[in-house]
Amino acid sequence: MGTTLRNRRRFLKSSAALAGLTVTGVRPALGQSSMAEALSPKNKELIAYGERSRYVKSIRVPVAGRMSPDMYGLTFHVTTPLQDQFGIITPSSLFYVATHRGSYVPEINPDDHRLMIHGMVDRPLVFTMDELKRLPFVSRLHFIECQGNRASAQHKTVQESHGLTSCAEWTGVPLSLLLKEAGVQNGASWIVAEGAEEVKGASSIPLGKAMDDCLVAYGMNGEPLRPQQGFPLRLLVPGFEGIYQIKYLRRIKVVDRHYMTYDDYGHINADPRAAALVEQIGPKSVITFPSGGQRLPGPGFYEIGGLAWSGGGAVRKVEISTDGGSHWQDSELRSPAYPMAHTRFGMHWKWDGKECVLMSRCVDELGTVQPTRAEAGAFFEDPPERPRVRGADNTIQPWKITSDGSVLNGLS
Amino acid sequence: MASRNLLLPLIVVALSQAGSAQSPTYGIGRAPTADEIRAWDISIGPDGKELPPGRGTAKDGAQLFLQKGCGGCHGRTGSMAPAPTLIKSDGTTRNPYPCLQPCVNDNNVIALHSPYATVMWDYINRGMPLGKEQTLAPDEVYALTAFLLFKNNVIAEDDVMDAQSLPKVVMPNREGAALPPEPWQHGVPRLRNYPR
Repeated sequence: MGTTLRNRRRFLKSSAALAGLTVTGVRPALGQSSMAEALSPKNKELIAYGERSRYVKSIRVPVAGRMSPDMYGLTFHVTTPLQDQFGIITPSSLFYVATHRGSYVPEINPDDHRLMIHGMVDRPLVFTMDELKRLPFVSRLHFIECQGNRASAQHKTVQESHGLTSCAEWTGVPLSLLLKEAGVQNGASWIVAEGAEEVKGASSIPLGKAMDDCLVAYGMNGEPLRPQQGFPLRLLVPGFEGIYQIKYLRRIKVVDRHYMTYDDYGHINADPRAAALVEQIGPKSVITFPSGGQRLPGPGFYEIGGLAWSGGGAVRKVEISTDGGSHWQDSELRSPAYPMAHTRFGMHWKWDGKECVLMSRCVDELGTVQPTRAEAGAFFEDPPERPRVRGADNTIQPWKITSDGSVLNGLS
Repeated sequence: MASRNLLLPLIVVALSQAGSAQSPTYGIGRAPTADEIRAWDISIGPDGKELPPGRGTAKDGAQLFLQKGCGGCHGRTGSMAPAPTLIKSDGTTRNPYPCLQPCVNDNNVIALHSPYATVMWDYINRGMPLGKEQTLAPDEVYALTAFLLFKNNVIAEDDVMDAQSLPKVVMPNREGAALPPEPWQHGVPRLRNYPR
């Protein structure tokens, strides 16, 4: 009753404010007084910038093992609550966060920000943000996933095991357009992209990828990028590990070899086959319902649902097993399957109340199949009892349903 | 409508550029001055061609390691401290601090896995000391790099590190370092026939 009354009062106040707004709002720009009114503490949420219901509690949490910010005030990896999400777009406020080494989130005035392109180009160029926004743009959906996003026996929930992937609509200038404008010279084969934050995180990216589908993005889900996601400018390298998606992008140097930056040398491997499994992420999927930590109230109908993605292109299909991998059936794709984007899948399921293990398996448009941990280990001839996953881990996550309906990590 | 108008010249341009020398299309952006490029270009490649003049030895570096406060986070011995391990410890004691992710511990001493010593120079120069990044002079970066290479048994104590010698340092992992296959190609799986 009290709540209803309060909400009613809030509504009346906001209606009054709205009425005021329409009167002054006839002018092309919002008048100063309306602006102040919209931003006043009582109206901010109702008018200026909407918030979700206070009954919705879904939040990000720091990745297990390291607090964020840490003892030095550096922000580190923060996971998105996949178990609570619908569709394929991660809300910007819940998008996972990871930083180079742990770094500070810089506060950059976009008026002062510049992007420089130099190195093996005919015409080195510097762009302001306004200049970049004058150029032809595209909007595309792409996931970003941290290489550290890997299934493990210790994880209890899908947020812990897979919460370092998120998907957004990104808007920006194709990197190929900027590179053509600068004129890439013969003999160039890589670029080094670098951020403006205090550590100036940098990665080597193949020139072929840079000219193919990379975006210099300033928009995310219809807004400017969030500071934690690289405001005012970040590089999108679709399908590559998160570390390549340079935030606070300030410089692109065109070079004739891999530059082995601090962020690159973690990708080298003694075994060339293992080295091939980094950089571009393989086909991957995870069931988000039912998933670890949830509980089925009893036998009956449920909709198994989850997310699939691949760094190699679009998701072609997702298969589901309800018997620990003995039998597989095709699920339905419940969203558009865009290249290098989260894709939602679902399947009707009647639980008989008996213990079982649920698994999902993604096949991408290249025909590449998501492996189990055992299959990944067998490829490298590991002992069967100790399979080791190389590169970016895209192995299958099993969820075990016990007879009382509890959902546990099937790897534990 | 507006977007169609924008796309059309883009397609025409893309077609016309395919066979001829590239020329600027939009004329947006300006040329940076040589000084601007020099000020921003902190990338040091494996061949070291961007390394600035300067020199340093492990002895100079040992003093700087403490003077610049490196020991405060990484430990006076370069290990057994909250920040990543820089110098392999004797292995008799266990680091009491939790290993930060990415976990850089005794088995994974920072940058020693890199096939090139240039990354060590590059990272100290761009990323250290924490909160005072890009304040070290080239001599100081050479000296600190020499100190860490010496303490990890890669070079001798008297070896001088400069723009000529640093790229020639033979790192322990010089030969054992594969990268993803080149060139990267659109629509090609990461590793053929993986997992089956």
